[in-house]
Amino acid sequence: MAGRAQSEVDCIVVGAGHNGLVCAAMLARGGRSVVVLEAAARMGGAAQTREFAPGFKVSAGAHLLHLMPAELMRELQLKSNGLNWAAQSLPTTALSPSAAPLTLGQGLSGADASAYADYSVRMRRFGAALAPMFSKLAPRLGTDAWSDKLALLRLGWQIRKLGKRDMRELLRIIGMNVYDLLQENFESPALKGALGFDAILGTNFGPRSPGTVLTLLYRLAAESAAEGGLAQPQGGMGALCDALAKAATEAGATIRTSAPVARILVESDRAAGVVLDSGERISARSVISSADPKSTFLQLLGPRYLDTGFVRRVKHIRSRGLAAKLHLALNQAPRFEGLDAAGLGGRLLIAPSLEHLEHAYNHSKYGEFSAEPLMEITIPTVNDPGLAPAGRHVLSAIVQYAPYALKQGWQAERQRFTDTCIDTLERVAPGLRSSIAGVELLTPLDMEREFRISGGHWHHGDLAFDQFLMVRPVPGAAQHRTPLEGLFLCGAGCHPGGGVMGIAGRNAAQQVLQQAGP
Amino acid sequence: MSSSEPLAPHFKQPLLKTPFYRRARELSQMDSFVPWAGYTTIDVFTSVEQEYFAIRNATTLYDLTPMVKYRVVGPDALPYLNRLVTRDIAKLKPDRVAYCVWCNDDGHIIDDGTIFRLGQDEYRLCTADRQLDWLLDSAIGFAVEISEVTEQIAALAVQGPTACAVLKAAGLAGVERLKPFEIGYFTLGEVPLTLSRTGFTGDLGYEVWMTPDSAEAVWDALMTAGKSRGIRAIGSQALNVARIEAGFLLPHIDFVSAEHTIRTGRDRSPLELGLAWLVDLEKGHFTGRRALLEERRRGPVRQLVGLDIEGNKPAHNALLYTAADGMREVGSVSSAIWSPTCKRNIALAMVNAPYMRTGSTLWAEIYLNRELVWERRMSRATVVERPFFAPERRRATPPAEF
Repeated sequence: MAGRAQSEVDCIVVGAGHNGLVCAAMLARGGRSVVVLEAAARMGGAAQTREFAPGFKVSAGAHLLHLMPAELMRELQLKSNGLNWAAQSLPTTALSPSAAPLTLGQGLSGADASAYADYSVRMRRFGAALAPMFSKLAPRLGTDAWSDKLALLRLGWQIRKLGKRDMRELLRIIGMNVYDLLQENFESPALKGALGFDAILGTNFGPRSPGTVLTLLYRLAAESAAEGGLAQPQGGMGALCDALAKAATEAGATIRTSAPVARILVESDRAAGVVLDSGERISARSVISSADPKSTFLQLLGPRYLDTGFVRRVKHIRSRGLAAKLHLALNQAPRFEGLDAAGLGGRLLIAPSLEHLEHAYNHSKYGEFSAEPLMEITIPTVNDPGLAPAGRHVLSAIVQYAPYALKQGWQAERQRFTDTCIDTLERVAPGLRSSIAGVELLTPLDMEREFRISGGHWHHGDLAFDQFLMVRPVPGAAQHRTPLEGLFLCGAGCHPGGGVMGIAGRNAAQQVLQQAGP
Repeated sequence: MSSSEPLAPHFKQPLLKTPFYRRARELSQMDSFVPWAGYTTIDVFTSVEQEYFAIRNATTLYDLTPMVKYRVVGPDALPYLNRLVTRDIAKLKPDRVAYCVWCNDDGHIIDDGTIFRLGQDEYRLCTADRQLDWLLDSAIGFAVEISEVTEQIAALAVQGPTACAVLKAAGLAGVERLKPFEIGYFTLGEVPLTLSRTGFTGDLGYEVWMTPDSAEAVWDALMTAGKSRGIRAIGSQALNVARIEAGFLLPHIDFVSAEHTIRTGRDRSPLELGLAWLVDLEKGHFTGRRALLEERRRGPVRQLVGLDIEGNKPAHNALLYTAADGMREVGSVSSAIWSPTCKRNIALAMVNAPYMRTGSTLWAEIYLNRELVWERRMSRATVVERPFFAPERRRATPPAEF
């Protein structure tokens, strides 16, 4: 405890992930003195670029950017702060060991072709109608505040504005499962598998789980506010965080890495600052945590400053991750049968049919990993060769399902799961195994340890009807405020949730800035 | 329980029997048993009047074994309890007892009960309802162990003006030095007893805590020692009269636990129940504190008050009005009796602001069943201070000799 320094700022942001950095940048622009405290030696949290094998770099978490609103990126001048695109508007191609690759929007049979056109337009309309709800503060229920009532009215109007037929259709499907929705629309198993995949990526669901149309609409709503489709930042996701950090520091924020927060200080029943692991104390009027709600409330703050019912709700947030990340260093470009060069640079899915998706999910319900896992694959080096030594490549795959609480434990099963993943890849890219120069697997448990996310859940908590909008993360902590005056949340655990989106960080900053005083 | 009775399967006898059951059975003239917290217990032994007057004039034995008891132990026991209840438990010294309430996040009462500090880091929490889930959820983040010990501890209330004399006659030397809310350790013959000078009668009295296997011996010894001092076993009905005179609240009757209410607005805060003296908003955080601060800032909407009502007909469940015309309803009665000791018609009632002020006049709508003909009477009710009956002897140390 010796040499405990003391300093004072307006705002402390806990965690330098993308939401923390967006929040810090907005607060600094709003005239607040801001310090960002990152536990790890480098910024970015799960949105970082890391070297996983000598000379091979990869985005540690999400590898494509498609959810961050264009307006936010412009506001923070990310382009002039150094963010470039390696590629934009990337295609999605479904791979199958038994059939030719299917690139979405191309090469469909007669009935599916027209159905796909109709479906895409309709779903995008629905996504756009819901988009305002996703990008703004979630309205609270049962308050007298006009802002809440207006937001609810606006949401109602957005849906009503779709017209009678589409409104009915939206309300009909919004609580459905994506399996039924896709069965109604399409014939091709490969197409249904690929479209269904988007509804369950990063979730604790299979395609037959209730509420999976909602998670799909959620993704479409966020995408409708972003521009450029699926995009790949030059230098990986870490480059985005570098640009965000630059925007924040240029606005006056200080970012400190290797500065883990031990606990949030409370004085006179309000957040008064933080104590670092080193014993250093930093006082602040507001503490804004981008850590997940469980870590923030149960570890950093501690239940004794909270009411029992609230702690109970926080503890019950479903936040066990099911997605792992596989990184392969490759001596040569992988060859997927029948895939052209454009396809290789895009998003590749191993999701051959809805039945396959559901079977893969079944394992996870019983604490097992999928025998034939689903994957979202990118070969980032196709568009951005700088991520690997000349002529070599990186394969980055999000793999489902890899449950956090594996029955046999990850220590025992790590190698078997890695082999299962590589076997799965080998089936669509024969010969891949022989070109592997390095492997890294990040299980949800690894992500919990490395990125300090409870349960290693990408979204800091399942995206589901009961963990959405005003009940995200829990009732009593909507709109980024918490029961403790001066403590705010700005991470993926808040509405509108996870994915590299930055909306939670921005909206939290607005809430903090609305407070009276400096 | 006796060896001659064949053991029925548990589903045919869902109510447990307390260790005093055989004695109660022997003395019961009315065969009036009622369920209480999973046990079968006596409602009336002989007659309510006889039993009530024994509370106020002699000594009574009341089996309170069914009261739910939790053991709370561990280095964080104190911070845990202080975060659970509204009162400052840091002020509770070892071998002392405190009456407490605890609230949910909205500052609405979940239950009331007593906390016994049995050691540096060991407490016993006595409650009306089972609520292990709430207690365990409250323990998240605290180094504390909580276990229910209801079945491991038999308890007997020894209450009445001659209670101390009876205990002394039974051989509990020094019991007269026990102060109100103090805990003492005694032996009765070979049997170790824990005594607390606590009770639910508002009179001189003690609660005796023992192991279940010694229960009958303790009962018998006290009955023998109390013979010349009018000792009598009592049931819940007589106790209910005494507790209303003392102004004590009964869960499920005078308030419904916030964990049990279904309708909105039926929960009650300690401020509404007139228990503000139990709420220490300055002691640090506890569950419901922020809501109670907000409630205090807004001011009271309603409050539980004592009523003195004209006439001698108890105002059971009476609605309360501002005037005899019964046009404007402002509250209702939750507990009502004719008080035999005060010779007053008294009640506990929830009354809306601003009519809860002491001295306010209200009108109680009392229904009387006169040989199956219902009559409605509007009786003048005055808001008065509680308790209605608070004899000096309840606090006198040492108590008077008998």
